[in-house]
Amino acid sequence: MKTIPVATTINGDETEFLCHADESLLDVLRDRLGLTGAKEGCGTGDCGACSVMMNGRLVCSCLVLGVETEGAEIETIEGMAKGDTLHPLQRVFLEEAALQCGICTPGILVAAKALLEKNPDPTDTEVRYWLAGNLCRCTGYDKIIKAVQTAAAEMRGA
Amino acid sequence: MAFDAQPTRKFNVVGTRVTRPDGVDKVTGKAAYGADISAPGMLHGRILRSPHAHARIVSIDTSEAEKLAGVKAVVTGADLAMPEDADFADVAINCLARDKALYDGHAVAAVAATSKAIAKQAIRLIKVEYDPLPHVTDVDAAMKPDAPVVQEGRALENVPAGMSQNVTTYCKFGHGDLDAGFAKADKIIERSFKTAATHQGYIEPQACMASLGNDGRGEVWCCTQGQYMVRANCAAALGVEESQLRITASEIGGGFGGKTSTFIEPVALALSRKSGKPVKIVMTRDEVLKATGPTISSSMDIKIGMTKDGRITAARGELRYSGGAYPNFTVEMGAQAAFAAYDLEAVETIGWNAMTNRPKEIPYRAPGAPTAIYAVESVVDELCQELGLDPLDVRLMNAADKGTLSSYGPTFNDIGLVATLEAAKAHPHYTAPLSENQGRGLSCGFWFNFGGNTCVSLNINDDGTVGVVEGNPDIGGSRASISMMAAEELGVPYDKVRTVIADTSSLGFNDITDGSRVTFAVGLATIEAARAAIKEMCRRVAKIWDIDEDAVIWEDGCAKPAGPNAGTHPPMTLAEIAAIAGNTGGPIAGHHEVNADGAGVSFGVHLCDTEVDPETGAVKILRYTVFQDAGKAVHPDYVEGQMQGGAVQGIGWALNEEYIYGEDGRLQNAAFLDYRIPVASDLPPIETVILEIPNPGHPYGVRGVGETPIVPPLAAIANAVSRAANVRLTELPMSPPRVLKAITG
Amino acid sequence: MVRVKLWGSLRTFADGEEWVEVEASNFKELLDALAEKHPGLAPQIKRGVSLALDGVIYREAWFTKIEPENEVILMPYMVGG
Repeated sequence: MKTIPVATTINGDETEFLCHADESLLDVLRDRLGLTGAKEGCGTGDCGACSVMMNGRLVCSCLVLGVETEGAEIETIEGMAKGDTLHPLQRVFLEEAALQCGICTPGILVAAKALLEKNPDPTDTEVRYWLAGNLCRCTGYDKIIKAVQTAAAEMRGA
Repeated sequence: MAFDAQPTRKFNVVGTRVTRPDGVDKVTGKAAYGADISAPGMLHGRILRSPHAHARIVSIDTSEAEKLAGVKAVVTGADLAMPEDADFADVAINCLARDKALYDGHAVAAVAATSKAIAKQAIRLIKVEYDPLPHVTDVDAAMKPDAPVVQEGRALENVPAGMSQNVTTYCKFGHGDLDAGFAKADKIIERSFKTAATHQGYIEPQACMASLGNDGRGEVWCCTQGQYMVRANCAAALGVEESQLRITASEIGGGFGGKTSTFIEPVALALSRKSGKPVKIVMTRDEVLKATGPTISSSMDIKIGMTKDGRITAARGELRYSGGAYPNFTVEMGAQAAFAAYDLEAVETIGWNAMTNRPKEIPYRAPGAPTAIYAVESVVDELCQELGLDPLDVRLMNAADKGTLSSYGPTFNDIGLVATLEAAKAHPHYTAPLSENQGRGLSCGFWFNFGGNTCVSLNINDDGTVGVVEGNPDIGGSRASISMMAAEELGVPYDKVRTVIADTSSLGFNDITDGSRVTFAVGLATIEAARAAIKEMCRRVAKIWDIDEDAVIWEDGCAKPAGPNAGTHPPMTLAEIAAIAGNTGGPIAGHHEVNADGAGVSFGVHLCDTEVDPETGAVKILRYTVFQDAGKAVHPDYVEGQMQGGAVQGIGWALNEEYIYGEDGRLQNAAFLDYRIPVASDLPPIETVILEIPNPGHPYGVRGVGETPIVPPLAAIANAVSRAANVRLTELPMSPPRVLKAITG
Repeated sequence: MVRVKLWGSLRTFADGEEWVEVEASNFKELLDALAEKHPGLAPQIKRGVSLALDGVIYREAWFTKIEPENEVILMPYMVGG
């Protein structure tokens, strides 16, 4: 099978890559571009561990084809911190122990950031429903919800 | 080893909520998990799995696959050694089947190719001729004398003659006169229960990268709960020496017991040996659910007698567990744990394991206990309902305490059950009002906890910082707690200590991260290693000051003269001693090797409010509170995290999760869409109350925390649902159709 | 002499006795003496047993001292998740 050239912007950097027509964006990120922050937990869009932003929209990168990202703007967990300054969500997740094994954390952070951009002052229920597509098996979600709310409050104040 | 008799000890670091050392990497996507590394020239491995529940493998023709361009190696069971030891042999046969496929999803062959796509294409070209055999997936059916036999000749000497060959284990525990006890009861309830197998459900599928040369030297990178266990399994399955295999544990994306065995590493090594190249295998979710370890499935009968004022007079349980297609001892743990929360004059628990055509059971958090205690706590709750008694008062009246002869044999020492029950009773949750279709349930839970083989090496660096090397994969923040204990003992700030996880060639043997052992046993070894380093530092300082070693003490991170007779030397800090270590005798380190015992059992109590929708049978968890005796909580955030996470896994087990097999013996729901673990919107906040009753077996009073919290949720929710729906539920999971059927009859 | 309590399903291999008395001063001597006195117990001992000594569970420690006044209970080998 021949590869297809694709030009995108990833975390603000113009990025070109070659991929097969049936290759997922997740595989492109992980295997071709070395961006392994997005994780494959299921490959069927059920777990959210591969969540990234595509043109401002939260997607499971395992359900997007690499070739579909031609001309798109992609944001991944690797672009969330600015230099050595963590995004408030990243910092609060650490401060409030909102992760245990950490495998779901990149996807949850990307998803939570997307939520707060749309809705800076969500209720707990809204956070829980927004994150319902991101499975976490370690924490029981309690500290995740609280950390999102702490970060949201901080970001509103800033 | 005993808890340092310092009830008033003021901890400086232990008990605080510091930031974990691996945290920044994990929130920025830098942390390297099993599937996150690659090697030059690496091949991609993929495994072909049986589509049959039970079949004789007549032949495997790999020639077409081998001819495909890009395929570099194909292996079958014949490429692995057959270890003499039965446990190692089971692991090897589970990695690649030999004469029979024992369950839907059993690995039969594997390929390594230059791309994932070619590997996927290649396994379709392998021709396996199967001779399908009758199968059995239900534990009760498997115990019938005429059931299809999964494996022959595996029954232990303790199984009575005349039973199905599927029955491999029999056990019995208890004491007292059951007949006399039941005769004293005013009310006896006897019920049967069934629970479905569930999966640990870690979000990271098993993944490894392996390299093995024809000289027998190999390297493996993998996500595991125990790199030394992987080494032993791989050495046995490949017929190579342990010293020649270096296993590095990656960051691990959840395990919960599920990563305490080996599925793909020997296969990747065999493919690498054949191809001469590194081979990476990453399991799909479908493979994880079909072929890695779920829990046991169970069928249980419980009979309990009670006086009208709530005293239990006798209790009997019979547990039938199936641990899948191999012999299994989980029922022994369940049978011992079943009645552990009670002070009983007469108790008996019988356990059986029967093989079925299901994947090999792998431990899941407190293996065997959740199901047994679910059944027991359900009957206790029903007795309370029937006799009009408060379920918490009844548990307090019958609670095991110091001096109680436990249901599994020993007499209890100091245990925290009564204090935990009293905390639950005093909590506002217990008396909060309930509305229509709502019910409150409670359950006790218990787990043994243990210690095990542990090595720790602690190095005093020349700039006054400290490096701790330990050998247990950090599954939930243990590097933080180990660093904290080292800092506490040495009297240095937490951020001066860095703890790393060694590969198998860099530190002596360690048992796997299981049994709630790491904070207890690795913590204990770390404290002892720190004490050894302190002793050496005091010895060096004694030389400098030219006084007796005994005249130097360690306090607040400094060597000091023990008293006025030792002179007026100004204290020397750890950093000052470290800086001149070369002048005083060379590098300073402490190490400790131990097979730790004295972990201390732990009890938990969970309270749960549910609402049942009478029209759909759907259950909503309204409120949930976890009470647990954690011993000294080294890092309270992560103790709470264990309590919350365990509770939610139990909620999944109670309400949704199950292995569903069709008539054809094939697994019907091998995806997260159909195998439904709890999501954020299913749940309320999980409140936690930590009780800190020091464990006398640990210098800081630490006891295991991680497993107990999955034990009580099954019954706490079943009791809440049964009370809300006015009908006793006796089968898990309590999925909406099952609850609706119970309501409508 | 040390009195050791066997769990229910082991008693078949020890003439039905719940308590067995053997000469032993540590865990290893106890296991060796048990296997010698009641050879039917040997397969289980070989597979692995735990020992509860005054309520504290030991998994493998051969040289754990046992005194006649200790409560000594044999248990299956513990596993966890």
